[in-house]
Amino acid sequence: MQNDWLYIGLFLVIGIIVPIVPLVFSALVAPHKPNPIKQSTYECGIETVGESWIQFKSQYYVFALVFLVFDVETVFLFPWALSINQLPIFAVLEGILFISILVAGLVYTWRKGLLEWI
Amino acid sequence: MTPDQIIFLISAVLILVSALMVVITHNLVHAALWLVAALFGVAVLFAILNASFLAVVQVVVYIGAIAVLFVFAVMLTRKELRDRGTQTRANWWIPALLGVLILAGLAYLILGQPDVSRTAPAIPAGVDTLRALGTALVSPDGYALPFEAASVLLLAALVGAVYVAVGRRS
Amino acid sequence: MNFWNDPINFIADWLRGLLTSRGMTTGLSTVILFFIGIVVLIIFAMMLDIFLVWVERKVVARFQDRLGPNRIGPFGLIQPFADIIKLVIKEDITPAGADKLVYNMAPVLAMASVILLWAILPLASKIYGVDLNVAVLYLVAAGALGTLSIIMAGWSSNNKYALLGAFRMVANMISYEVPMVVTLLIPTILANTMSVKGITDAQHSVWFVILSPLGMMIFLISAIAELGRAPFDLNEAESEIVAGFHIEYTGMKFGLFYAGELLHAFTFGGFVAMLYFGGYGVFGLEKFLPFLQAPLVSALIFLAKAMVGYWVIMWVKYSMPRIRIDHLLAFNWKFLTPLSLVVLCVTAIASKLLSGSPTWLVAMVMFLANVVIAWLTIEILRGVGRRQRKVEEHLTSPSSPLVRHGSE
Repeated sequence: MQNDWLYIGLFLVIGIIVPIVPLVFSALVAPHKPNPIKQSTYECGIETVGESWIQFKSQYYVFALVFLVFDVETVFLFPWALSINQLPIFAVLEGILFISILVAGLVYTWRKGLLEWI
Repeated sequence: MTPDQIIFLISAVLILVSALMVVITHNLVHAALWLVAALFGVAVLFAILNASFLAVVQVVVYIGAIAVLFVFAVMLTRKELRDRGTQTRANWWIPALLGVLILAGLAYLILGQPDVSRTAPAIPAGVDTLRALGTALVSPDGYALPFEAASVLLLAALVGAVYVAVGRRS
Repeated sequence: MNFWNDPINFIADWLRGLLTSRGMTTGLSTVILFFIGIVVLIIFAMMLDIFLVWVERKVVARFQDRLGPNRIGPFGLIQPFADIIKLVIKEDITPAGADKLVYNMAPVLAMASVILLWAILPLASKIYGVDLNVAVLYLVAAGALGTLSIIMAGWSSNNKYALLGAFRMVANMISYEVPMVVTLLIPTILANTMSVKGITDAQHSVWFVILSPLGMMIFLISAIAELGRAPFDLNEAESEIVAGFHIEYTGMKFGLFYAGELLHAFTFGGFVAMLYFGGYGVFGLEKFLPFLQAPLVSALIFLAKAMVGYWVIMWVKYSMPRIRIDHLLAFNWKFLTPLSLVVLCVTAIASKLLSGSPTWLVAMVMFLANVVIAWLTIEILRGVGRRQRKVEEHLTSPSSPLVRHGSE
C-alpha cells in the first residue's frame, strides 16, 4: 500500500480521536445530574404528544434516487475528463453523448412532475 | 507479517463482523449503519490494492448515495423500526458448516494456482493508472460501447424510478 | 535544501536521521513522522477554527452595524476561549430514549469529516499533507461522511423536529452535490489532473476563474448549500424548527457541530481559492520575485485567499433571506444541474479544440463562451418569466372566468 493511503488512514484515526478529547474532558468536568424533566424531548416548551415518528414525505426518497443516478454518472465522467487530452475529438463527443442521454432522463423526470415538492 | 497484511486482516475482520451484525441486529437503522461500516471496510481493501480511484468512488457512491437511500427507505416506510423475535434460526450451525466447507474448498483451489500472490501487485513505475482507466474507458477499441451502454442503463434506472414513484402517487 | 526552501522535508529528514541513528527501522520512523506531521496539521486546523469563531462574530456584528465582542481581551480576541470553557463545563443532557452510541458518535464523525479535508489541502507547493492523485473525488467522499453524520444526529435524538431538520438538510446536501461534482470536473479538464496540487500548479499562467467564471460561481453556490449555511440553512431555521438536527445536543457536542461548520466553511473557501483562484500562486509572479516561492510566504498567500473566500461566504450568509425547501430543490434540479452540465460540455469541447493555442487565445475564447452561456441562460429565464406573467395576467384579468364579479 502506498504511503499516501497510510497517511490518510492515520489522519482518519487521529481525526476521530481529536474531537473525542474535548468530549472526554467535558465528561470529567461537567456536572451530571439527570432528571426526567431535563431529559424530556424538546418541543419549544410544549409536551410531546404521541410518539416521535410521523409519516414523512416520500418525495425525499425520490430526490435521493435521482441523486443516485446523477452521482454514478458524474463518477463515470471523471476518467473521461482525464483522458480527453490524449485522445482525438471523438472522445469528447462520446462524453457529450453520455451527458446528453442523462440530461434527457432529467428532462423526462421533470416533465413527469417528479421534481416538484408537493 | 508485513504491515499490509495486518491492515488487510483488520479490515477483513471489520467487513465480516459488520456484515454479520447487519443481519443479526434488531434495530433497522443500526443495520444500515453496520452496512456503512462494511462498505467502508471494502474501500480500505481497495486502498490497500493501490486502486485509489475505486476506493474514493466506493465511499462517494456506496456510502454517500446508496447508504443514504437505505436509511431513507427504512425511515420512510417502517413505523416500528425494531424487528421482533429472534434473528437466527434454530439450526444455524448447518449452513455455517456448509459455508466453512465451501470456504475451505475455494481457498484450496485458489491457493493451488501458480500465480497467486500474497501481496498487492506492484504497479510498474511510470504508469498512471487513472489516466489508463480513462483512456481505456473512452477509446473506440477499449470500452467505449459499454461506457455508452452504462448511460443507457442509468437512464433505464431513472425511468424505472419515475414509474414506481408516479404509480405510488396515483 | 535548507529550511526556508523546503521546511517540511528538512525537518522530516533531520528527525528521520535522529530516529534511525537510535536503531529504528525506516518503516516505523516513517509512521512516527507521519504521526507527528498529522498532529501538527490538525492542531493548526483547530487553532484556526478557534480564530474563525472570533472572525465570524466580529464580521456578523459589522454587517449588522454593531460592534461585536470587544470586552474580553483586546478587540474581544479571548472571546472564543471563554466560549470553549463555557461549553466544556456545561452539563451534557442526553434525551430520554436517545440511541446512546449513535448519539455520541454523530458530532465526532461530523468534526472528523471536516478534519479529513485538511489532509489534501496544499498550503504551499512544499507544505501539504499528501498529494493524492484522486484528491478532487476525496473532497466529495469527505462530504459524504458529513451527510451520514447528520442523519445519525437527527435520528438518534428521538425528536421529530430533529429528524425533520436532518431529512431536509440531507436532501439539500445530496441535491447540491451534483452541480458541485460537475463543476469540480471543470478544473480537472483544464488542468488534466485530479490532484489538487496539480490543479493549483496548472494555474501559474492564468487562473481558472478567468477560463470559467460560471464554473466558479456554480461551485461557490453549491459549496454554500453543501455547508448548510444561509441562505440554504434549513437545518437551523431558528424561527421554524429551532435548531434542526442538533436540537438535543448540549455542551461540547454542540460546540463540535458549530466549530465543525465554521471550519468546513473556511476549508471550502480554501478549496474555491485553490481550484479557481490559483491557490498559493500569484499568477506567475514567482519568476520575478523569488521570495514568493518560499513555502511560508506561499502558505500566507493561500490562507489570505481562503480568508477572502470565507468572507464572501459570510457575506452571502448575512445578506440573504432563507430559501424555502421547494425553491431550493427546484433551483438545483431545474437550473443549476443542467447549467453546470452545459458549461462542462462547452469547456470540454473548447479545451480540446484549443489544446495547442497560446494562453491568451484560450483565455479569451473560454471567457467569451461563458459569457455567451450566461447571456443565453438569462434570455431563457426571461422568456419563462414572460410566459408566466402572461398566464397570471390572463388568470386575474377582469374578463377571466376565474375572477369573481360582485356578489355571485
